[in-house]
Amino acid sequence: MSEESDTAVADTPVADGPVADSEAPAAAEAGSQPETAYGVAVTDSRGQMVLHPDRETYVETITALRDDGFVSVMDLCGVDNLNRVTRDLPVGVGAERFEVVVSLIAHEPPRRIRVRVQIPENDPTVASLFDVFPGTENLERETWDMFGVTFDGHPDPSRILMPPDWQGHPLRKDFAVGSVPVQFKGAAAPR
Amino acid sequence: MPRIPILGDTAEIAEKGLGGLEHNFLTARIEDLVNWSRARSLMPATFGLACCAIEMMATGGSHYDIARFGMETFRASPRQADVMIVSGRVSQKMAPVLRQIYDQMMEPKWVISMGVCASSGGMFNNYAIVQGVDQIVPVDVYAPGCPPGPETLLHAIVTLHKMIESDELVKRRDANGGGAGVTVEQRDGQTATQIVLSR
Amino acid sequence: MTLLDTPSDSAASAASAKRVFLRDETSAVLRVDESNIPLAETVDIDPMSTAPMIVNMGPVHPSTHGVLRLVLEMQGEQVLRSKPVIGYLHTGMEKTGEQLSFLQGTTNVTRMDYASPLFNELVFSLATEKLLNIEVPPRAQWIRTMMCELNRISSHMLFQATNGMDVGAVSMMLYGNRLREETLRILEKVTGLRMNHNYIRPGGVAVDLPDGWREDIGGLLDMLPPLLDEFDQLLTGQPIFRERLQGVGAINTEECLALGVTGPILRGTGYAWDLRRDMPYLKYDELDFDVIVGSYGDCFDRYAVRLAEARESIRIVRQCIEKMPTGDYRLQDKKVTPPPRARIDESMEALIHHFKIFTEGFKVPEGEVYVSIESPRGELGCYVVSDGGSHPHRMHIRAPSFVNLQTMPHMMQDALVADVVAIISSVDPVLGEVDR
Repeated sequence: MSEESDTAVADTPVADGPVADSEAPAAAEAGSQPETAYGVAVTDSRGQMVLHPDRETYVETITALRDDGFVSVMDLCGVDNLNRVTRDLPVGVGAERFEVVVSLIAHEPPRRIRVRVQIPENDPTVASLFDVFPGTENLERETWDMFGVTFDGHPDPSRILMPPDWQGHPLRKDFAVGSVPVQFKGAAAPR
Repeated sequence: MPRIPILGDTAEIAEKGLGGLEHNFLTARIEDLVNWSRARSLMPATFGLACCAIEMMATGGSHYDIARFGMETFRASPRQADVMIVSGRVSQKMAPVLRQIYDQMMEPKWVISMGVCASSGGMFNNYAIVQGVDQIVPVDVYAPGCPPGPETLLHAIVTLHKMIESDELVKRRDANGGGAGVTVEQRDGQTATQIVLSR
Repeated sequence: MTLLDTPSDSAASAASAKRVFLRDETSAVLRVDESNIPLAETVDIDPMSTAPMIVNMGPVHPSTHGVLRLVLEMQGEQVLRSKPVIGYLHTGMEKTGEQLSFLQGTTNVTRMDYASPLFNELVFSLATEKLLNIEVPPRAQWIRTMMCELNRISSHMLFQATNGMDVGAVSMMLYGNRLREETLRILEKVTGLRMNHNYIRPGGVAVDLPDGWREDIGGLLDMLPPLLDEFDQLLTGQPIFRERLQGVGAINTEECLALGVTGPILRGTGYAWDLRRDMPYLKYDELDFDVIVGSYGDCFDRYAVRLAEARESIRIVRQCIEKMPTGDYRLQDKKVTPPPRARIDESMEALIHHFKIFTEGFKVPEGEVYVSIESPRGELGCYVVSDGGSHPHRMHIRAPSFVNLQTMPHMMQDALVADVVAIISSVDPVLGEVDR
């Protein structure tokens, strides 16, 4: 986390995307990639600006992005980094097992931004974005279902893709890939 | 000789043999007749799951025209259906539903497993997919392909017709004790239903 | 079917209350744990009661587009709240995608949205190419553009077929399928398969266009417009059809943006947002086409937008035929693309190369990308994390249907149960993509 967060929030982020945009002054002024934007550490991934807030500033950052013209959360997903050694993280952001990755889009001018937040294995909890962007409801439910990351404040924290009584979180790296026997749950017996 | 309604005047039958009858007629085992008529008017249950369901719909379209086989009437209610075309991958969450639909169908009933996902899990050998729908319901015809084209599905349907006509299914069910075990109970004022087929 | 203890006057308050997304008693979303809904035989039902009732619809229902299940809270014929229950087609494709190499990945993703498989292949290929930092040859890009637009036509025709059937025009199934068959014939001729083509691959496309493709596709484009006009004759001006769709399931732009909704639903509200125009990929910046918008955001607008988009796609394909350059149909980079089939028969090195690239795959530099394109249903995104190996560390598809499904409770609030069918149909979800 950077100390110059107060000033950085006001900065317009570097415009991304193929549409050349003259209305983003920060891109021209900065020249090089700024180390922070919206008060959090930032990296560049294949021409895409990536913010790295911690769990405390996660919702704040998303709210600031919304106020800055990012109208929609396009995607929210989890990543399990078990046994993954090298990661492209900025200095000061500790690598944890889980990540929640949020992709946002702004329409005027068209640009995208990505937010990655690190979630530790022993406490896989992060605040829900439902109150900022209600469209994350299904995506957060899926992330909980697949990775076991709980979202504080989510209105309906239940499984969405797997059956309600399923054990485990399938997209975790330590969940077996192979087929599992059929589990009959509440099926009426053949008459 | 008495006059038998269906045959007409049978007086000359002694002299002229069957040529002396007013009408022609065929003789057959009733089992063959029933199987023949069953095969010609199958009603599939709509059980569209995944990609294969789109091809199943295309089979119902004007180009491939499943109506040629008397099967254009897809029934939404399993109670009215004879054959279930399991078209697509069956997930762990869907498996109990599929079994319930199968149990709700009336005997005799047949199952076509359409596509590799339904037949064996296909390329999805993972936690979510039932590795072959034959783990849940008895399958009569497997249609290969991913997805099977309408031609393949029609071939599977014709194969099923042949199986129904040749009575193989009933024999197989008899041998392994399969079937839904539906019994018809006698109600007051009715005579007992004679079940003469298939056993 | 179950009766709730809710007092009956809640229906009136729900109907009069302003529609809000955030947690509220009047929310359109029925937040009920579907596994805890008691069975009908365990509940004492009073037949004269007017209390709201919970009705289950699906997952096997002729109008739920596959295996969508809805739990509806009903007051008589009126829907108070509802909840889509999904997962009945969950295939674990994201897990399988981690087991397959980048070259094999397209076989996996193409089975997600089975109405528009080429778009899935395209977005995965674009993501892989962005990670590899390669650019495919111009001809490959033009072929991709053209094939995707053909696929968009067939996808929208499938929508016309199912939408017509769902609101009672059963013969539209035949009309829509006939048009779709004509398009699929071209796709089959080019890719070898009617569906699940695995045609667009990292580095280009699988094979070049076949001989005589200009005549084939040109013939199709001449055939399509009069057939599309039949839809106008049969549906657009038809009073029953309009009554079923107009003013039903309306949603506005703000709600769409808050819910992350894209595609014809967003454009139907009058908001012109199309990634092909606003954040162009492939060769869309060199093409001339219009972004179709509606005005009211209701079911009829969504129908009209899709019908008009099919016409725009015809325009785009015509331009693609004109502008199709010569050249390579895939990248001549031996790290990424396999040797031509003919070379394998005469060269041992080519055989080894072919074997290595299909068994081991190619190494992809470490990193993560999010790439998105405009599929017939909205923004189709692909988030790929590579750890430097030949398999993705994480492969996530942002499925437009999955997000668009969230609009259903809001569209259905206060609608009649007959409108529910029209609303499901107009959202046009593909359950393979929703559940993945």
